[in-house]
Amino acid sequence: MHKIYLSLKYGFICVWSMFVVAPFLWALSTSFKDFQSVTSGATYIPWLQFEPTLEGWRVLWESPANGGVDIAEPYLNSIIVTCLASIISIILGTLSAYALSRFTFKAGFIRNNDITFFFISQRIMPPVVLSIPFFIMLGFLGLLDSMVGLIMVYIVLLMPIAVWIMVDFFNKVPREIDETALIDGCNPYQAFFKVVLPNSIPGMIVAGMFCLIFGWTDFFFAFILTFTEVQLLPVRIVALNSSITPWWSLSAAALISVAPLIVVAFIVERFLSKGNLSGALK
Amino acid sequence: MDLVAKGLTLEIEGENHLDDISFGMRKGELYTLLGRTLAGKTTLLKTIAGLITPDSGRLLFEDCDLGGVPVWERNIAMVYQQFINYPHLNVFENVAFPLRQRKVDPAAINRRVMTALSSVGLDGFEGRKIQALSGGQQQRVALARSLAKEAGILLLDEPLVNLDYKLREQLREEFRNIFSSTVASDSILIYSSTDPLEAMQLGGEVIVLDEARVLQQGPGHEIFENPANTRVAEISNDPAMNLMNGTIGDGSIQLGADMALPLPPHFKGLTPGDYIFGLRASDVILADKGISFTVELSEISGSETYLHVAGGAHKFVGLLDMVRNFKAAETVSLSLDVKKIYAFDMAGDLVSSPFGGGR
Repeated sequence: MHKIYLSLKYGFICVWSMFVVAPFLWALSTSFKDFQSVTSGATYIPWLQFEPTLEGWRVLWESPANGGVDIAEPYLNSIIVTCLASIISIILGTLSAYALSRFTFKAGFIRNNDITFFFISQRIMPPVVLSIPFFIMLGFLGLLDSMVGLIMVYIVLLMPIAVWIMVDFFNKVPREIDETALIDGCNPYQAFFKVVLPNSIPGMIVAGMFCLIFGWTDFFFAFILTFTEVQLLPVRIVALNSSITPWWSLSAAALISVAPLIVVAFIVERFLSKGNLSGALK
Repeated sequence: MDLVAKGLTLEIEGENHLDDISFGMRKGELYTLLGRTLAGKTTLLKTIAGLITPDSGRLLFEDCDLGGVPVWERNIAMVYQQFINYPHLNVFENVAFPLRQRKVDPAAINRRVMTALSSVGLDGFEGRKIQALSGGQQQRVALARSLAKEAGILLLDEPLVNLDYKLREQLREEFRNIFSSTVASDSILIYSSTDPLEAMQLGGEVIVLDEARVLQQGPGHEIFENPANTRVAEISNDPAMNLMNGTIGDGSIQLGADMALPLPPHFKGLTPGDYIFGLRASDVILADKGISFTVELSEISGSETYLHVAGGAHKFVGLLDMVRNFKAAETVSLSLDVKKIYAFDMAGDLVSSPFGGGR
């Protein structure tokens, strides 16, 4: 009985890992192929089944004039837009979450929970529905096809995540800590910056992670709200898909686009496993 | 009087949290707020601290109205029942926090923090992280922080309630020593508790709170000897004082149809009529020629036995100074010590006490 359970368990884990890891391996393998290798049937193992080439990776950095893709500029755009939007979302989100957690708001029938819900309702609507008003608004402001416009839209999309995570986080921090800070001579702003904020770093890191992931992987809004001036990485990658799909550089670009998130996850994991953050507040 | 409350009242959503609370407190003394859970103890402490603003009433400290003074400008320290410290700071910085906030000179900070830590028995813990301390040690850090501040008013909100029994006993003893040695004559100490034993042990004045009202204020022994009414008698005794309706007539106390007790000397002046009689559990004695009761429940606690009995229309709790297992439904013979019996009028106010109180 125990053996059956074990084999079932490991069987399931193996199948699941296949689903998670296989796409990466496929992309990695494909990125080293050329036209010939891609079209000559399913092959996976370099040197054995096909002759690897760096062509797919090389063209990513070539200018379009030389038949390349030039991924550097959209890459930088993506980093700037995602990071700025995430940082601003975390700052605004943390402040609003603290207010929603500590103060009681009343406006007619509206209470704190309703306000928290309004934030998250942005994410309940399908992106298609939001895209039209966003398009019209940015058009009115003259911010279509600009970094500033994209950052604004991303803040609207990312801040609810930050608010949602941070409200939950602050609700778990005893109010008495804030009160003790007040009694110990802090005014409300000092209490927030000297006591509450330093103890909120674990929550802010988690919220920041989610903002970075959602911001970095968004294709839809970047696609709708930009044309030629500003292009983000996901849009450029999809744009590679023309009459002949260059699977090799598409795969290489996809892998490069995932890289920053892996680095972020790695740093956060190291940071959290130090133990001084996760157990800070019990 | 150095700290005076005049008619503090607070109502939230139709419920009284503070109901016309008035008192006077003197520097250099310890006051215990005694009351059950939800009696308004924490609300009152937070009001004194300035964390809660009352609807009406005034709070004066050294003849200065605290009404317009925000929390962070009041000269107050507070210890909560939860172990509240700053998790991102080490022990030294936790204790130093209020002093740094007041821009005390660094050498003085160092001296005051070390003195405070030493008085709570945490020498050598300066560099430790808060999370690395046990509950009792965390509460000592909180206490050290409040002592180092040398505030005019020190509020302690059931500081021992979340600790295990042994540690509570030990810390209570230590607290008393710390208070008498370090709390200077120029501060007021207010301690809240649900435990009458704790209130009596700490010494000092006791303020009995119930349903957001002050029922009685006086020295601990005064509350114990002459509880102003039946509610105080219940709150200030553990187990609560036994209360039973009865009448005085024919030179005896009639408790229902089947129970009569001789009239004690201190009841001689009372007019015949209906009363509520009160008797402490410890004044219920096992006796051969007593009144027969049926055991409902018996619990052994340490070296004592709580005995819940019923007889006629009355139910009692007896606290026997012995360890014995009584069986449920067993018949026991008990004597009620009439020399220790209290009489309250039907409104619940004390009319006669064995210690000479009442009207």
